[in-house]
Amino acid sequence: MGSRASTLLREEEIEEIKKETGFSHSQITRLYSRFTSLDKGENGTLSREDFQRIPELAINPLGDRIINAFFPEGEDQVNFRGFMRTLAHFRPIEDNEKNKNPPATEPLNSRANKLLFAFRLYDLDRDDKISRDELLQVLRMMVGVNISDEQLGSIADRTIQEADTNGDNCISFQEFMKVLEKVDVEQKMSIRFLH
Amino acid sequence: MEDVWAGVFWAMKIWLYLIISLIMFPAMFGFSLGISEAYMTILMKTLKWATLKIQKANAEEKAVNNIPSNGLILRENGSMEKELGELRRSRPKPPVGGDFTLSDCFYFTRRGIESIVEDEVTQRFTSEELVSWNLLTRTNNDFQYISLKLTLVYGLGIFVRYCILAPLRITLACIGLSWLVIGTSAVGVLPNWRIKFWLSEWVHIICYRICARGLSAAIQYHNRENKPKKGGIGVANHTSPIDVVILCNDGGYAMVGQVHGGLMGVLQRAMVRACPHVWFERSEMKDRHLVTKRLKDHVSDKTKLPILIFPEGTCINNTSVMMFKKGSFEIGGTIYPVAIKYDPKFGDAFWNSSKYSMVSYLLRMMTSWALVCNVWYLPAMHQQEGEDAVHFANRVKSAIAHQGGLVDLQWDGGLKRAKVKETFKEQQQKKYSSMVVGDDSNSDSSFSS
Repeated sequence: MGSRASTLLREEEIEEIKKETGFSHSQITRLYSRFTSLDKGENGTLSREDFQRIPELAINPLGDRIINAFFPEGEDQVNFRGFMRTLAHFRPIEDNEKNKNPPATEPLNSRANKLLFAFRLYDLDRDDKISRDELLQVLRMMVGVNISDEQLGSIADRTIQEADTNGDNCISFQEFMKVLEKVDVEQKMSIRFLH
Repeated sequence: MEDVWAGVFWAMKIWLYLIISLIMFPAMFGFSLGISEAYMTILMKTLKWATLKIQKANAEEKAVNNIPSNGLILRENGSMEKELGELRRSRPKPPVGGDFTLSDCFYFTRRGIESIVEDEVTQRFTSEELVSWNLLTRTNNDFQYISLKLTLVYGLGIFVRYCILAPLRITLACIGLSWLVIGTSAVGVLPNWRIKFWLSEWVHIICYRICARGLSAAIQYHNRENKPKKGGIGVANHTSPIDVVILCNDGGYAMVGQVHGGLMGVLQRAMVRACPHVWFERSEMKDRHLVTKRLKDHVSDKTKLPILIFPEGTCINNTSVMMFKKGSFEIGGTIYPVAIKYDPKFGDAFWNSSKYSMVSYLLRMMTSWALVCNVWYLPAMHQQEGEDAVHFANRVKSAIAHQGGLVDLQWDGGLKRAKVKETFKEQQQKKYSSMVVGDDSNSDSSFSS
């Protein structure tokens, strides 16, 4: 319910999150409501099970990878700051013009950061490279049992071949960005928040 | 000291007599003295005034986008084919092998994040968010001090609701329930003459009417010519146990449900003495054939009252209708759909059973402004030739959703507690696979489901 939410989130915290992520005041309070409604344990953090409880996310083929993106390396709980930081990647880019003080560092929802988010979905061991194995695993998540190993293997090989420019048989983040330079990342990796 | 007690006792007697004469008797005989109507008019005027005040105060904050919807995000509802097609536009389709690009994950990522921010299902299991505040503490999302007058009205509202209305309603509810138990037991003693049937109906309706007054319920029935008839099955969307009171105010139904202990058990046993209801033991509920057979037997007896079933199987927050379980639609017999829609401005009728017990829920109901709802009786529906139960159930569900202005969802209400089935994920994977390898694949990959 709503009344509990706004009392636990202090104004200073809202201001900090505003500066860091670019969300508006009302967006932050509403997202905090959402955060608390997902937090069944009521301990101020979300676990992986809390995310899995969302049916639409549980049936998403990349659901596990998306959930994983919220959790920092080796941790099992994410607090509201972390939650907002991850969601901030999906703010539309044109919203940055509305900000009177543009942040000194690159905003979380820049084109490069959006691509980095997608890159990390593939990069399972977080070593900044997408290996053939990792690509195969993610492909397998997306297609389920419907495509044979051989065919999936050849798709992975072809994808790496097209992207790999330095011959190490892996895709680095630079190579990743190059392959997708013509894709409308701004629109496809953005969610239209209201208010 | 004695005088004080005598005075209190005397005041309580007066209070009780007032209630009985001004509220109970009119309720029993179905006419009204106009007190509740006057209350409702004042209430609506007050709420409208409050809304205007709040809107004026927020006028500067409300930005250029004056969006009527209550949602957090605007979803891009393109299909998988459309979205992936747009993503792949930037490169030509490879001549051989599968059609995959690294940007395919964008589609799933965005859908996933959208569902984290706002999804169709989990929001149905918590109370509906109001567009504008209705002066109740419980619905206060983002309290900002607006004006002295508003705060005074809010404070007055608290006093009226907790100190005047709540005791009144609790008294009425107690009277109503005890009357139900006593009356039905008394009628149950009579032998099976026609008069017994008539008396039992009368007893039931009276105490439901008293209970309805106990909740300050203002119910509007539409299309009463379509009311469920004997030997039929009444089917309605489920928001709370109070749905039973709402529907039974306008006619007798045979209830279907599990045998409970405690107060509910006493009520159940008393009710079944006066006229046949269908109560199942917990163990019997597991046996679907037994359940279907008992219901079939009841329905085929044309002298018995129509049964009332809530096919969703659980309470939903009255913004949507979730999957109807096909069991009720396999019994045969005529289905009479009923749509119930509560007006959330006056009080939130949804029972969040994981958050509130039955008693605290009833207390919340009794300290709301009122319970305003609309009941639409829809024309009877029959299972058509060659139509299976699932399809029939969906047809009835759509009719109810459409009439009540509710969202028609395919999701199962059981997701409140249970995990979603893996088959839905497999469906998504299969769909995506067909976009990667295409339907006319000439390799030896096989499509297994």
